[in-house]
Amino acid sequence: MENQTKRRFSVREVREDFPALRQLVYNKNLIYFDNGATSQKPQRVIDAIDRFYTKENANIHRGVHYLSQKATDHYEEARTFIANYLNAKHTHEIIFTKGTTDSINLVAFSFGELLSAGDEILISAMEHHSNIVPWQLLCERKKCVLKVVPINSKGELIMEEFDRLLSEKTKLVAITHISNTLGTINPVREIINKAHSKGARVLLDGAQSIQHLKIDVQELGCDFYAFSGHKVFGPTGIGVLYGKEAILEKMPPYQGGGDMIAKVTFEKTTYNELPLKFEAGTPHIAGGICLAEAFRYLDQFNIQDIENYEAELVNYAQDLLSTFEDIEPVGTARQKASVVSFNIEGIHPFDLGTLLDKQGIAVRTGHHCTQPLMDFFKIPGTVRASFAFYNTKEEIDYFIEAVQKSVQLLK
Amino acid sequence: MTINEKQKDIIAEFSIYDDWMEKYEYIIELGKDLPEIAAEKKTKDRIIEGCQSQVWLDAEVKNGRMYFTADSDAIITKGIIGLLIRVMNDEKPEDIVKTDLFFIDEIGLKEHLSPTRSNGLLSMVKRIKLLALTSLAENKQ
Repeated sequence: MENQTKRRFSVREVREDFPALRQLVYNKNLIYFDNGATSQKPQRVIDAIDRFYTKENANIHRGVHYLSQKATDHYEEARTFIANYLNAKHTHEIIFTKGTTDSINLVAFSFGELLSAGDEILISAMEHHSNIVPWQLLCERKKCVLKVVPINSKGELIMEEFDRLLSEKTKLVAITHISNTLGTINPVREIINKAHSKGARVLLDGAQSIQHLKIDVQELGCDFYAFSGHKVFGPTGIGVLYGKEAILEKMPPYQGGGDMIAKVTFEKTTYNELPLKFEAGTPHIAGGICLAEAFRYLDQFNIQDIENYEAELVNYAQDLLSTFEDIEPVGTARQKASVVSFNIEGIHPFDLGTLLDKQGIAVRTGHHCTQPLMDFFKIPGTVRASFAFYNTKEEIDYFIEAVQKSVQLLK
Repeated sequence: MTINEKQKDIIAEFSIYDDWMEKYEYIIELGKDLPEIAAEKKTKDRIIEGCQSQVWLDAEVKNGRMYFTADSDAIITKGIIGLLIRVMNDEKPEDIVKTDLFFIDEIGLKEHLSPTRSNGLLSMVKRIKLLALTSLAENKQ
C-alpha cells in the first residue's frame, strides 16, 4: 500500500477495534499493560478465526476437493502476505512455526547440524531463556562453545566486548532485536555487518520488535528472523521463521512427518522443497491465515506513526515514574522501545503487581524469563509495563495513581 | 480451637471487606506483623523457592504439637503465610496432615495457592504436611 492510502492513526479509533479492551476486571476498567507477554486481538482477526472454522476448515496441500483447495490457497496467500510485509526476497523463506521459541529451536537443531566441535555461538546477557537454552542444548550435542556479550548498567550491549568475542570461530550470532525485560533496542545493523565480515550468520529474536518497528529483512540483512504471531495481534500457536533461501536449502529437516516429504520408501525418503521441508505434519492452518489478517490490520497504518506514538507513551510513563521516591528503573538504554521496567526500593515486584492487578491493571512481574539478566542487576525481578499502540496516556495516569496507592499500602 | 474453627474465624474476619484493596491492606498488615524468622535459620534447607517470591519455613515439635515460623521476601506472601501458620500452629501432626485448607478459597485467595502462581506458598503447605508426616513416622518408631 502506498503511504497516501494509509489509515490515519487515532488511538480512540484503534481502541474500538480491540474488543478485549472494553471490559471490567474486579469492577475496574481493564488497563492492559502486558503487551510484551501477548497482545490483544483486533476484531477482524477474531472474525477471521470464526470464518475459517465456520466455512473454510479443511486440511491443506493434499485434498483435491473444493474446501481443501480454498484452505490451501488462503494459507499460501497468508505466507505471501507475510513475506511481502517483511520484504523477504522469496515467499518460501517464510517458515510457519509455533512461535519464536519453536523458530529458534528449529535453527538450533537444523543449522546446528552444520556445525562442528569448537564452533562458537554468540548470544547476549539480555536474552530471553528461549534464546539461551536451545543454544546450550546445541552446544552439548555438538560440542560447540556458547559465548555471551555482556551489557552495561543501562542495559546496553557493550559493543567493544562484542568485537572482542566475535571471531572466525563464530558461526552464529543469536541476539534479541528488542529486550523483553529492558526495552533496549540493540544495534542490530552494526551487529549484522560485523558478524557477516567474519563469516558468521545472524539470527534476530524478533519477538519484541515485529509489533513495534518496521521490519525489512533484506534491508536488515539478517540471516534468520524469528517471531510469534500472538505478540503481533495474531493468534497463539503460530509464528514465523524467516531464513535466507541459500541457508535454509543447506539445512537438514528438523522434524519428520507429513507435508515435509517428497517421496517415502522404507529404504530412503526424499524431502520436500522449501518451505514445506520444515513444516512436518498438519500445520496451524487457521493460525497462519489469521496471522496474515493481523498483518493486514497493521499494514493499514504507517508503522512510523505507531513507533512515534509508542515512544511518546514510554517517555510519558518514564517521566511520571521518575518523580517517585526510591524508584529504580531497570533498563535505561538510549534506544528503547515500548517497555518500562522498574522496582521501588523496599518493595517486592510481586507485591506491587498483585495490588495493581486488583486495581484492574495487568502488568508483568518477575524475572520475565531472563534470569541471567536479573542476576546481573542483582534483583529478584521487576515490574514491567509494556505498551501497545492502543494504550493511552490516561491509562498511564491511572497506572501512576495505582502505583502510588500500592506503595502507600506496602511501605 | 480446632483447625477448622480457626479457618472459620478467618473467613468471618475477611467477610467485612468487600473491596479487594481493603482485603489486601489487611493481608499486608498481617505480613508486617509476622514474627521474623531468625537470620541464622534462613538456611538453604529451609528455603522454598518460588518463581516470583521465596519462602523460608522452620518447624519444631514440642510435646506432640507442631510450631512454625516462616518468612518471605514478598509482604503479601508473608501475610498469607501468617494466616496459614495461624491455622496450623500448635496442632497435632495427625491433624495437620488431614487439613483441608478451605479458608483460602473462601476468602478469595485461591490464586495464591495455585500451582501456576509459583510464589512458594503451595510448596510451603506441602512441606508443612510432609514435616507433620515425618514427625508422625518418627513417633511410631
